[in-house]
Amino acid sequence: MATTSTTPFGEFASRHIGTGPDAQASMLEVLGYDSVPALLAAAVPDSIQLKDAASVLPPAATEREALAELRVFAAHNRLHRAMIGLGYYDTVTPAVIKRNVLENPSWYTAYTPYQPEISQGRLEALINFQTMVADLTGLDIANSSMLDESTAVVEGMLLARRASKSDSTVFVVDADSFPQTKALLAHRAEAVGIELVEFSFLASADGTDTRASDDSAASHPSTEGLPDHFGIFIQYPGASGRVWDPAAAIAASHERGALAVVAADLLALTLLKSPGELGADVAVGTTQRFGVPMGFGGPHAGYMAVRSGLERQLPGRLVGVSKDADGHPAYRLTLQAREQHIRREKATSNICTAQVLLAVMAGMYAVYHGPSGLKNIAERITTATRFLADAATDGGHTIVHGNYFDTLTLETDRSADGLVQRAYDAGFLFHRLNDSVVQFSVDETTSRDELLTLAMLLGADRATLDGTSPGRTDVGGWIPEGLLRTSEYLTHPVFNTHRSETGMMRYLKYLADKDYALDRGMIPLGSCTMKLNAATEMEAVSWPEFAGLHPFAPEQDVEGYLDLIGQLESWLADVTGYDSVSLQPNAGSQGELAGLLAIRGYHRSRGDDQRTVCLIPSSAHGTNAASAVLAGMRVVVVECDALGNVDLGDLRAKIQSNANELAALMVTYPSTHGVYEQEIRAITDAVHDAGGQVYIDGANLNALLGYARFGEFGGDVSHLNLHKTFCIPHGGGGPGVGPVAAKSHLAPFLPSHPLAQRDPGHNPISAAPYGSPSILPITWAYIRMMGAEGLRDATGAAVLAANYLAARLREHYPVLYSGENGLVAHECILDLRPLTEATGVTVDDVAKRLIDYGFHAPTMSFPVPGTLMIEPTESEDLDELERFIAAMVAIRAEADAVGAGELPADDNPLHNAPHTAKSVIVGVWDHPYSRELAVYPVASLLRNKYWPPIRRVDQAWGDRNLFCACPPPEAFE
Amino acid sequence: MTDKTERKYTAEHEWLDIDGTTATIGITDFAADKLGDVVFVELPTVGATVQAGKVVGEIESTKSVGELFAPVDGTVLEANSAVVDTPELVNEDPFGAGWMIKLDVADASVFESAGLMDFDAYTALVGE
Repeated sequence: MATTSTTPFGEFASRHIGTGPDAQASMLEVLGYDSVPALLAAAVPDSIQLKDAASVLPPAATEREALAELRVFAAHNRLHRAMIGLGYYDTVTPAVIKRNVLENPSWYTAYTPYQPEISQGRLEALINFQTMVADLTGLDIANSSMLDESTAVVEGMLLARRASKSDSTVFVVDADSFPQTKALLAHRAEAVGIELVEFSFLASADGTDTRASDDSAASHPSTEGLPDHFGIFIQYPGASGRVWDPAAAIAASHERGALAVVAADLLALTLLKSPGELGADVAVGTTQRFGVPMGFGGPHAGYMAVRSGLERQLPGRLVGVSKDADGHPAYRLTLQAREQHIRREKATSNICTAQVLLAVMAGMYAVYHGPSGLKNIAERITTATRFLADAATDGGHTIVHGNYFDTLTLETDRSADGLVQRAYDAGFLFHRLNDSVVQFSVDETTSRDELLTLAMLLGADRATLDGTSPGRTDVGGWIPEGLLRTSEYLTHPVFNTHRSETGMMRYLKYLADKDYALDRGMIPLGSCTMKLNAATEMEAVSWPEFAGLHPFAPEQDVEGYLDLIGQLESWLADVTGYDSVSLQPNAGSQGELAGLLAIRGYHRSRGDDQRTVCLIPSSAHGTNAASAVLAGMRVVVVECDALGNVDLGDLRAKIQSNANELAALMVTYPSTHGVYEQEIRAITDAVHDAGGQVYIDGANLNALLGYARFGEFGGDVSHLNLHKTFCIPHGGGGPGVGPVAAKSHLAPFLPSHPLAQRDPGHNPISAAPYGSPSILPITWAYIRMMGAEGLRDATGAAVLAANYLAARLREHYPVLYSGENGLVAHECILDLRPLTEATGVTVDDVAKRLIDYGFHAPTMSFPVPGTLMIEPTESEDLDELERFIAAMVAIRAEADAVGAGELPADDNPLHNAPHTAKSVIVGVWDHPYSRELAVYPVASLLRNKYWPPIRRVDQAWGDRNLFCACPPPEAFE
Repeated sequence: MTDKTERKYTAEHEWLDIDGTTATIGITDFAADKLGDVVFVELPTVGATVQAGKVVGEIESTKSVGELFAPVDGTVLEANSAVVDTPELVNEDPFGAGWMIKLDVADASVFESAGLMDFDAYTALVGE
């Protein structure tokens, strides 16, 4: 038997790929193929196979070499103290959180908590986050994170349009809001027919400009001239740093039947009246400064909170409390029917991946500091800002807004450029607004020494300085009395308990121990690609040269980053066969939207404004349809045939009936059914012939890398999921990175950014120019260490593993779809419907029983109800695959026993799964099967057992009794 | 006791209990079964005018979202607040306590021209 790996043992690829040559040989023997390339040659259609494997990728580097190269990139970044602000502030990540969350695979290798029984730890962490956001914003219910602040504002706008009774198409935007948010709003509003009207709340009720007399007029900005609108957006405090009372503006908006969306700085809210108290319907923002490094723009957790009555309009994921089979409280994701995979084109948002890992960090920052600790940080910041305001005044500058929290806008009678340059030379980054106006923000890390340096820099007289102290603690005068917060927040015990590092470390361990992540075993989730996130890949994420940079830092400070980004873009273009790549989208859904907006922009640039129809196969991921609607397109569904492939006849008919309006086809390849469709070229040709563009969803690119390129078989644009194919960890449900790659004709319409260091432009899809750069070194390292051959070997190993599982399990569970030669791609769908029919045992029962066997369940009922989709990935070794096969075979036997009447339908190990330790130990055991069978159904579990902390969660109860904040401790007694 | 044979049906799996110019409307047991555990019901406001074929409400289960369509043009006379407060009524008693809305129509003849099915035709449709 020929061995198939081209990688010598000991190099990174042999560590990444779980099956070595011997294991692969024995697996191939079961399948009847000589080699992995022979298997792939049989599985991948000839018409798309790569004819020329030439690649720009450098040969694989070792782990040490890759890190050394990353050090060089890091050395080309320059760390200045970024005081640019605009939603990004330096922060101190408590080391206990960095080490135990950010750098801990128990947290970062977990999946989205769809299986609540094995996810209680991060669900608790997320409900802490939701409670923190709801408390600080003074609103009733918060979701478990958004992608970033600016996209959260867009989601707020869309929510306002859905919920408002107004017929207006106008959304009013506060003139004093962040520039990146304004740019994103403009790009997104246009596509869905919303008209933006910018409105300045600077003028006071008596008609005077508040600049001269800010303090007195702050409370009553004029709302005269506000047009009819369905929603209003207010930045609080303003982008300029100005603190003002928006209550009157919000009330005026409500009178017109509109909803008010307020972007608020959570740290400021420890001192300022909350948006809820001011009348806001929706609050959005970022939690970055709660201990999450700036990372040159991300990833960070955005947030959204709403008042009661709007909870069912909330986009994204929401954690709620339900109960398990024993009646104990249990956390779960709630209102899941609202997600796109069910609502499809009727979905109200295309957000799926959130920013769980970062939300966990931000929530834990609040847990660690507690309400008084957070307030103390905010007071230090604002008193330091006051000190600098005095220094600036003393230096002859004018403070433009007399009410502020952490940000000062200075008018200087000298040159703004000169001041910015002097600051730069002293190690600080200020933000230049125009020739005479500069702004800067103080943050948690600003030290006493820095304040003195800054005061001198601003021209303060040393003699005057001696009389004041940067350490004063009274917060009075510069924040209007009426805006000082008096309401309580973070009163739940979880925010008032874990003050010592020992306590915090143990709390994080306690939560992590409840969860099942890749550090315990295989997570065979079809379509999710839960592969290795190698330790070396993760190394650079927390290096200060990558973590500490502000997204709007000057180009000369971020050259290392820009070089890494440029290189990564060229590599991704190479492996996909495209010309241009943008790394800006923060998730696959955002990549889809960016790609579709590029198609829209292209058609419109040619005068084809009527091309708005997006064809989507019925097998597509629901996000596709949701993204199309948000790109201003109309979805027309194309049917699939009995084999699960796109029905070519129906495709041609749909093309014909929409010939003039055809904008695009969105197709996933290999299909969401895990099959290499033979007819893909005929499909893409038919669309092109009719003047349409082809969007190939790259969700399954990991089954193609090194064997075929999207751009070579008809793709015009694709998004990739770096968090799937390219090893960025799932983080328990985010971060994600969803780059969009396109042919040259679409390149001008790919995301750009007004504040980008290079080639700024006006169609952003994220708040930051390069999305989430601090996690790009992960993907860079993966590609660098694999090389073209390693990537190809990984594809081969993934396809081999999926086919091996299909072959071994086929006699126990029918494999629903396969392609040419009876082969699947990188995943396979087991059809449980015949089993359910025969025995009453459901997909849920099998999924939950797998927990008792020590596995995370495969993907349930997607893309076909009543099935399980299994994706082993290339990273699992043969022992783990065999352990999974043994579990599935044993479960089949258990189901047959139920079917044969040996065990009652409502009292058997499947129906009662999962079994907690308590359920088999406490009380009388009166089930018709043994305790041993319940929890140790196979012998290997005796030495390695995962114990689920709760029993099966009651989904319906949780949806009917919505409760989405930390429950009182008594609930668990 | 509900007499299903007296009701009219739509292809959208809704039933109508017609009395003069008013009709009580709900979803069938077939639809309720398909939806699974209903967790949320959203109904139109009383007094709203509705158009035949248009969505007037939403029925959300743990796994799906169904829509309530107006089978005929009319005005909403009543919306069942019990089913909003206790969505499981849709599963427990779809033909009784789980009713959704009462519609008033201009003329009883609209029921004739709305293409409604009788019980036998509906039963044949769902293949029972």
